[in-house]
Amino acid sequence: MKTDRYTLLLTERIIKRLLQGAALVTVFTTLFIIGTLIFETYNFFREIPLVNFLFDTEWTPLFDNKKYGILTLLSGTFLTTFFAIVIAVPLGLSIAIYLNEYTNKRIRNILKPTLELLAAVPSVVYGFFALTVVTPFLQRFIPALSTFNSLSAGIVMGIMIIPFISSLSEDALSAVPSSLREAAYGMGATRFQTVFKVTVPAANSGIIVSIILAISRAVGETMIVAIAAGQQPRLTLNPLVPVETITAYIVQVSMGDVPHNSMEYRTIFAAGITLFIFTFILNNISFYLRKKFKERYE
Amino acid sequence: MSFITFAPSQQKYPKTDSTIYPAMNLPKYKITIENVSSYYGTVQALKDINMNILPLSVTAFIGPSGCGKSTLLRNINRMNDYIPDFRLEGSIKFDGVDIYSKFIEVENLRKQIGMVFQKPNPFPKSIFENVAFGLRIQGIKDKSYIEHQVEKSLKQTFLWDEVKDNLSKIGTALSGGQQQRLCIARALAVEPEVVLMDEPTSALDPIATAKIEELVIELKRQYTIVIVTHNMQQAARISDQTAFFYMGSLIEMDATSKIFTNPSEKLTENYISGHFG
Repeated sequence: MKTDRYTLLLTERIIKRLLQGAALVTVFTTLFIIGTLIFETYNFFREIPLVNFLFDTEWTPLFDNKKYGILTLLSGTFLTTFFAIVIAVPLGLSIAIYLNEYTNKRIRNILKPTLELLAAVPSVVYGFFALTVVTPFLQRFIPALSTFNSLSAGIVMGIMIIPFISSLSEDALSAVPSSLREAAYGMGATRFQTVFKVTVPAANSGIIVSIILAISRAVGETMIVAIAAGQQPRLTLNPLVPVETITAYIVQVSMGDVPHNSMEYRTIFAAGITLFIFTFILNNISFYLRKKFKERYE
Repeated sequence: MSFITFAPSQQKYPKTDSTIYPAMNLPKYKITIENVSSYYGTVQALKDINMNILPLSVTAFIGPSGCGKSTLLRNINRMNDYIPDFRLEGSIKFDGVDIYSKFIEVENLRKQIGMVFQKPNPFPKSIFENVAFGLRIQGIKDKSYIEHQVEKSLKQTFLWDEVKDNLSKIGTALSGGQQQRLCIARALAVEPEVVLMDEPTSALDPIATAKIEELVIELKRQYTIVIVTHNMQQAARISDQTAFFYMGSLIEMDATSKIFTNPSEKLTENYISGHFG
C-alpha cells in the first residue's frame, strides 16, 4: 500500500502527541501528589505550631492528650535505617568488589542476577521473616529484646537493600577503565592494593550514589517496619524496644477509620511530607553525584 | 623457602664494551628470551621466540597488527598473568633469573621492569600522587624521599617545569602528551631497570610524539628500554636494535641501522619498504 505524504505527516504528529501525553500524565500526577501533600500539610500547620511539630517529644495524635512531635517517628525511621545501612554497606560493597575483581565473567553472570532476586522478594515476606524468624533467633542472645523492635527490622531491611548497593557499586567498579588496573599492576601493585588504592577510589562517587539510594529506599520502606518494628511511637535510640517509623504510622492511620478532614487525617500528610523531604534531598544528592561521575570518564 | 627478590643493583652497566661483563659476573644481556611460545586458549600468539636484549639500549619491536609484538612485551613483566587461559612455554630471563620461576614474586619483578601503555592512563589522582603511587604501594613513608623522587622523575620526563606550580592538580586534566610523560615519570619513580613501552605515542600528536622520542633517547643512558611501535620511522629514529615480528614469529633481529638499510630477510625488506602491513 502506498501512503501519501499528508497521511505520513499526520501519523507523525499523532504519535508525537501521544508520547507527549504519556510524559505529561506522569508530570501532572507527581505535581498533583505534591500539591495535595502541601495543601493538607498547610491545613495541619494552621492548627499545630511548627515548633511543637519539630520539638515535642511525643507523638500521640490518636489519643486524648494530643502531641505532635515528629522526632518520635523520625527516631524510629533513623534506627531501622541505621541498622539496615550497617548491614547492607559492608556486605554490599564486599560483594561488589568480589564480583568485579575476584571472579570471572561466568560466575558473575550467575551471581549477580541471583543477588538481585533479593530485591524481588515482596517486602511483606521480609517483614514476616523478621518477626517470626530473626526476632526469636536474636532473643536467644538478647533476652531483653521485645517481640517488636527496630533491631531485627533493620537487619532484615539491610538484607533486602544489599542488591541496591552491590549491583550499583559493581556497575561503578566495572566502569573504571581496565587501563587503570593495568597501570597499577604494572607498577607492582598487588590485587588488593589495586582494588583499594585505585579501583575503589576511582569508583567512589558511583559507590556513594548506591549507598544514598539504598538509604533512600530504607527510609521509605514500609511493610517490614510496620510488621516487625511495632507501632508504638517512642523517642528512643534503644534498638530493643518497639518503635514506630514515619511509614508505619502512615499505614496505621490509613488502615484505620479516621474521618476525612480531621486532625488525625492531616497528620498523615505532615508525616508524609517529612518523609518526602528526606528522600527528595537524598535523591538529588545522588543525581548530582551521578552527573559528576559521568563527566569523569567521558 | 625464601623468595628471590630483585634488589636494585647498584652497579650500572658500562655503555657498550661487552668484554667487561664476565668480570662483573653479570650476564651480557639484560633480558634473554629462550624458546618462548605463548597461547591465549588454543590460539598460539608467539612461536618459539629467541632473542637477547642489551642493557642500556633501546630495542624496538615492529611488525603488522596481531604479529605478537605486544604479547611478547607483556610477557617480559608478566602482565599476561591475569588473562584467563593464557599459557607460556620456554623461559624469559631477567639478569639471568627465570622470571616465570615459581620463586619469583611478580610484584617485585614489576618494580624492576616498569611499563608504559598505549593510551595514557594516569590515575584520577593529583599529579604528585600519580608519581608517588609506586613508592606508596611499596610502603615507603619517608616524605622527603617521596618528594625527592617525584621531583626527580618529573624532571627526567621534562614535565617538572610545566607542572611544578600545580602538583595537586588532577593528572587526568593534563594534555595527552603531558599525561603520557606523567605515566613515564610514574614508572621511573620506583627506579626500575627496564622500561617496557607499548606503542607509547600512538595516541599522541606529532609534537608530543617528538618529545617522547627525545625522552626515550635520553632515558637509555640509565634504563634498558623495549618499545613496541607501529611507526617504522620512529623505530629507525630512536632504537639501537630492531626486532621484526610476523604472524607470531621473530623474523629478524639486528642493529637498527642494518634492519632498515640491509635486512637479511626478504619479508623484513617488504615490510619496511611498505609492501604490506
